[in-house]
Amino acid sequence: MSDKKPLSSVNDFVVRFANVNGSGSASANEMFARAILRHGVPVSPRNIFPSNIQGLPTWYEVRVTEDGHLGARGGVDMMVAMNPQTWDKDVAGIEPGGYLFYDSTKPMPSTKFRDDITVIGVPLTAITNSTYTDPRQRQLFKNIIYLGALSALLDMDPKLIEQLIGEQYKGKEKLLSSNVHALHLGRDWALQNLKCPIGLRVKKSDKVGDRIFIEGNSAAALGAVYGGATVCAWYPITPSSSVAEAFTAHCKKYRHDPETGKAKYAIVQGEDELASIGIVIGASWNGARAFTATSGPGISLMTEFIGLSYFAEIPAVIMNIQRAGPSTGMPTRTQQCDIIACAYASHGDTKHVLLFPEDPAEAFEFAAAAFDLAERLQTTIFLMLDLDIGMNHRLCRPLKWDDSKQYDRGKVMTAEMLEQGRDFGRYLDVDGDGIPYRTYPGTHPTKGSYFTRGTSRDRYARYSEEGSVYADNMQRLVRKFETAQDLVPRPLQANAERPTKYGVIYFGSTSPAMDEAIGLLEARGHQLDRLRIRAFPFHSSVASFLAEHDFVYVVEQNRDSQLRQLIVNENGIDPVRLVPIVHYDGTPITARFIAKAIGDHQDHLKVTPLRKAVS
Amino acid sequence: MTYIAKPKFHHPGLKKNELGYTHRDYEGKISTLCAGCGHDSITASIIEACYELSIEPHRVAKISGIGCSSKTPDYFLGNSHGFNTVHGRMPSVLTGANLANRDLIYLGVSGDGDSASIGFGQFAHSIRRGVNMTYIVENNGVYGLTKGQFSATADRGSKSKKGVTNTDNAIDLVAIALQLGATFVARSFSGDKTQLVPLIAAAIGHKGASFIDVISPCIAFNNHAGSTKSFDYVREHNDAVNRLDVLVGRDPIAVDYAPGTVQVVEQHDGSKIALRKIDADYDPHDRLGAQAFLAKHAAKGQIVTGLLYVDPDADDLHAHLNTVETPLNTLEADTLCPGSAALDKLNASLR
Repeated sequence: MSDKKPLSSVNDFVVRFANVNGSGSASANEMFARAILRHGVPVSPRNIFPSNIQGLPTWYEVRVTEDGHLGARGGVDMMVAMNPQTWDKDVAGIEPGGYLFYDSTKPMPSTKFRDDITVIGVPLTAITNSTYTDPRQRQLFKNIIYLGALSALLDMDPKLIEQLIGEQYKGKEKLLSSNVHALHLGRDWALQNLKCPIGLRVKKSDKVGDRIFIEGNSAAALGAVYGGATVCAWYPITPSSSVAEAFTAHCKKYRHDPETGKAKYAIVQGEDELASIGIVIGASWNGARAFTATSGPGISLMTEFIGLSYFAEIPAVIMNIQRAGPSTGMPTRTQQCDIIACAYASHGDTKHVLLFPEDPAEAFEFAAAAFDLAERLQTTIFLMLDLDIGMNHRLCRPLKWDDSKQYDRGKVMTAEMLEQGRDFGRYLDVDGDGIPYRTYPGTHPTKGSYFTRGTSRDRYARYSEEGSVYADNMQRLVRKFETAQDLVPRPLQANAERPTKYGVIYFGSTSPAMDEAIGLLEARGHQLDRLRIRAFPFHSSVASFLAEHDFVYVVEQNRDSQLRQLIVNENGIDPVRLVPIVHYDGTPITARFIAKAIGDHQDHLKVTPLRKAVS
Repeated sequence: MTYIAKPKFHHPGLKKNELGYTHRDYEGKISTLCAGCGHDSITASIIEACYELSIEPHRVAKISGIGCSSKTPDYFLGNSHGFNTVHGRMPSVLTGANLANRDLIYLGVSGDGDSASIGFGQFAHSIRRGVNMTYIVENNGVYGLTKGQFSATADRGSKSKKGVTNTDNAIDLVAIALQLGATFVARSFSGDKTQLVPLIAAAIGHKGASFIDVISPCIAFNNHAGSTKSFDYVREHNDAVNRLDVLVGRDPIAVDYAPGTVQVVEQHDGSKIALRKIDADYDPHDRLGAQAFLAKHAAKGQIVTGLLYVDPDADDLHAHLNTVETPLNTLEADTLCPGSAALDKLNASLR
């Protein structure tokens, strides 16, 4: 029995499922999250899984959040402890007053529990064993049975779960009915044997609206379809593989010629990342929209080619789904740790365009836009997702597309233009924006051909090691990068209710946690203006924002505050004014963490005046 | 790659092909390779083959890696787009280019360092994918641009210019290409235009992965010990203020020999290679037979030349991927983008 009052909350709590990898629990757990959504209550789920195939612990956390906070909260209100290996850690992680749900088929010593939580035992193994004989069925239906029991405990509408099962097993009547049966086995047992509902409850609401529930990787892949990518070359690596897999699925659905059945796309699983980016560069050189998806180690391998893309000015799109590095790091944990590696990828003086979507909706938009940008700028564009967005379902606004949109193929000189006598110099800055014209191979019998190379050349693509020629070209590349500032998505600023000399900069998957943290900080008496950076090169408004504030916190998910480094480096800002707030243990950053880190620093500032830095 | 532009003037009476193009229309810039380099002879054969096939030069995409051989695309088909990529990665770039526009002719030019060492993987995988291309390796067994290190095709026991003995086994790219499923496999000698030109022409006409290994003597690094014209000799007898290398050109090596015979060819350094030209009754449709034939003669120290294997019914990567006939690089939003209606349906399914 608990000696602390059990937690009581409607539509605002965190449930965490502790399972064994390979036990088939993912489907049931995801159904749990979706069922709450069907109640009109926002959820924010996260996979927390090891880098192995089977046997190791895996967790699935569902934050039920009527207020719509989509960042991780931290803490667990109810633990569904289905993994004996992690029992102690799982039980210890429950918030005081929280709930422990477990399989009570075998008696457990009282020392395995805590006095300040409510323990709910359901004999799941006994129920499944008495119902099913097949071992695999026993395993799989046990998951549905606990889903059923939870639906009773949390006061969920079983019809909404049945509806989901119906959608999942549409046309497979046998599976459909057996899953519904298992759901009610668990639900009925709980209703008959336990006090239902408990303090944590799901109540129907209308807070989901028209939002959709989608993984970032899938949305990015869809963006590639809408953005006109026809060539995808990739090499499997966590957490990016599902981008290429989703692209394949989307293409199969949308990109086959109805008459011939032939594919309007080509997808190649390369032998490695080097080949993948090589294929992308070859295809882009030849006028197709091409991309690859990878993660940090893949970026490392691709850097030689990325330098070629920069210097030879060939479009390329790389979707980098970041994970914790360096080296193999923590392959299944999230971070934003490839900022510097991507911004300056390759040897020599290079700079690359980075896009930082905050959620799947932006991942879709930015992925599509990346192909326009790549062709407009004739360079590599990085779409910088991370595992937290890429591999988790996220509630986001519906995806939108303007049917009047035509692709921006950039400055391509056609045979007609050449015939008209237009001067073609492959690296000639005709318009003063640093962007030259290119021709596709095969354009004209006698005009417009050139030799592409990674070596230095003059404005007419003629090999040259003349210092002034080289410097002229490098300066033009700088101009082109400056042009990019106004083509990439601009930062979004949101000001505090009261004027403040403190600001915060953040980006990407930190966004929902930051939105929530601002509220927590306000409650603590701290006002902050916010700037969400959405791309590199930085728009001039970044420098303005820095100039307008005495101190700016830069919140990011890596050890070395890489975005801060980039801001300092590119803007010539006094580093003292940029306060790093970093979170890098591989778990998604939380509002609690941000609010504490910034709040503590703010409190410190109030009592210890620091010298006002000079920019 | 050269600073010197080739004069455009040419004799008005030059012979023309079916398209009305002369040889000069298939030439590129002036070669900056060493005089006598086998690679220049291969360049001449490529020019000849394209001329004879009456190919529109601009419909060829010529792609290479890094190295002496990879410089050569600048020296032929001056009206074609060329791409000097990165070391060993020509095959992937060519694969991508081919996927983007299946209507062009793809000529991949590489070296033994490029393809048998750093790019061995890309060589292998482009072959096994059946990319429609003509992949020519200009094989001299050394790294020329970095001054004479062994490549992976150098024979075990051979000596470098600096006197180092190669203790590694050689990779036979032809044997590998056969094993990997190339549908056109040939080997030739740079100086044997009689054999090489029709092989290149046939490879270009072949739909699928065509591979030609061309033995190509290196004037600079087959030029060592004992020679009064070697680098070392010149250095020792020259009071130059720096140690710039001096190359003394030689005449390119040319051979012409009958099918079924063995021709011993002396290279610039005096070393000899035994070329065996396959006989007229050799069956080039038997992959296993080709592998055995190759191995049998390799054991005798002979390098087999000729068309070793061809599959006349081969298909290519586009067939494997079932891609549309229209080049992918010409498809625009109206055919590629599913549109907002499809997106609305998708949104509805994600709630």
